[in-house]
Amino acid sequence: MLGEGILRGLAETAKNFVGSFVSAERLTTVQYPEERIAPIEATRDFPFLVYDGADWEAGMRCVACQICEKECPPKCIYIVKSADKKPDALGKPQFYPARFDIDISVCMSCQICVEVCPFEAIKMDNEFELSTTDRFGGLLFDRRKLAKSNEHYHRIHPTEASGVDARLAEEKAKADAKATATAAAAAAKAATAGKPVGSPAVKQEEGGAQS
Amino acid sequence: MIENADQIFVLLKHWIVAFLPAGFEGVAGVLISVIAIIAVFPTLFAFAVWMERKGLARMQNRIGPNRAGPLGLLQPIADGIKSLTKEDIVPLRADAVVHFLAPVVLVVVVFMGIAVLPMGRNMTLVHMDSGLLFFFAMGASTELSVFMAGWSSRNKYSLLGAMRGVAQMISYEVPLLMSSVAVVMITGSLSLDKIVAAQNQYTWGLPHWYIFTPWGLAAFLMYATAATAETNRSPFDLPEGESELVAGYFTEYSGFKFALFFLGEYVGMLSISGLGTTLFLGGWSAPFAVFGWVPSWFWFFAKVLMSIAVFIWIRGTLPRLRQDQLMNFAWKFVLPFTLLDLMVAALWRFMNDGWARWVVCSAILLLAYALMGGVGMSRKHFGLRKYRYAE
Repeated sequence: MLGEGILRGLAETAKNFVGSFVSAERLTTVQYPEERIAPIEATRDFPFLVYDGADWEAGMRCVACQICEKECPPKCIYIVKSADKKPDALGKPQFYPARFDIDISVCMSCQICVEVCPFEAIKMDNEFELSTTDRFGGLLFDRRKLAKSNEHYHRIHPTEASGVDARLAEEKAKADAKATATAAAAAAKAATAGKPVGSPAVKQEEGGAQS
Repeated sequence: MIENADQIFVLLKHWIVAFLPAGFEGVAGVLISVIAIIAVFPTLFAFAVWMERKGLARMQNRIGPNRAGPLGLLQPIADGIKSLTKEDIVPLRADAVVHFLAPVVLVVVVFMGIAVLPMGRNMTLVHMDSGLLFFFAMGASTELSVFMAGWSSRNKYSLLGAMRGVAQMISYEVPLLMSSVAVVMITGSLSLDKIVAAQNQYTWGLPHWYIFTPWGLAAFLMYATAATAETNRSPFDLPEGESELVAGYFTEYSGFKFALFFLGEYVGMLSISGLGTTLFLGGWSAPFAVFGWVPSWFWFFAKVLMSIAVFIWIRGTLPRLRQDQLMNFAWKFVLPFTLLDLMVAALWRFMNDGWARWVVCSAILLLAYALMGGVGMSRKHFGLRKYRYAE
């Protein structure tokens, strides 16, 4: 009969109307600033620079290779390579970024910089409350602001961070093994030649750079 | 005490008027009433908007506005301030005068219709013998505003919206009037005061409202349908269909002019609900004789807000109709049914008081409803859509 469907529809909306007052599971709204839900592990928005240890400047993994700067589709990364070298986590001297700026008002969160980085130095953060009253300076992050500890990385993306750590440890072990092998070979060579060619420390560094 | 509560606004007016010199009493009395109407109805409009936003939110299992004030009650004030401070943009090639006049005409006309509504005992601004006629004359003028807005904007969406709006409003004006004529036939008067007085009687404590008669119920349902279409409410909101026409005839309006359209629409809804209340729901009379002590104006406004709640409920339920469905429904179902209802009302008027007329009138209306509905529905094809030209 005409009007039956309308009545059925009205009953449905009435059920929802009353239900939203009665049952809490119907109201799925999370009242954001007061209530929060923990972000899921895959959450990502803007990149940050990982550092190991306590000192952000000494422990920064970035070697200013500028691959991310070149790959960045919206060109929001600006890097100035340092003139000198400083030892990295493995102890070998590397360049470091004298400046590393990301304009997050331009960044599109594509994660390409993360994928191209050979040093596991840049990762995605999940910090999203970044609003500021200064739309130029406030959204241009320098390297101090971008630097975040490995512990922070472990906190926001535990699975991914463990994988990265395992990979880095493996690489370090390989590098160490190679270094010791080179050192041993050098020592053996020195022993057979009967006179020292160079200090083992220099050999070790050269071996590390090749690997 | 009870008498005073009922007549509190009338007494207040007399008290204020008494302070004025002798010659000004008549003018001052009317002015005070006008100011009261202009103060009360926008307040109700704000409340209705809040009700709509909260109600719709709850139907969709959301919470709705809850930031501005307790329960979001101050949201309409925030909206008002926002629209006041926004830039008023007039399109370069628009007809600026007509563009400006359209919202003004709408608001003026809508408020004039309220003048004849009895909002409580002795609370009618103008006691007009042809009040119903005046109301409909004013109601029909809103079409002018719609077309002015659409034409002057020089925008295809505005014009299309206006054309749809005018076509729809004229089509539904007819059943709206016809369903009210049934009440006039029974009451024998066009005066809204007399129509309320005729319904303000009780048998066994139950009221003689027209909605509780077979012809009255049918007329009320048709009136409600036509009123929904007349105020461009969902499911008849084609003139403003966002998905196809941006905002219809007020696409090119911004700032306070947009707010005026919004106000005009809601006050129009309030006034058409007020007329429906007056015609079918007993106006300001209490639903049971035992509640006679509650002030009459309370009942009027309670009934109006109840009608608004039903409007919101329907908006939350039904999807928008198509233009041809809308027209078919108006001319092939609503209009014939109201005409039949007129005959049934005449039959009711001339049959003797007793159960016989209840049975006969109900049977005719029910049969006609089932038959017309059945015929109309049998022509529709439910199920998967068949494409004739596209494979």
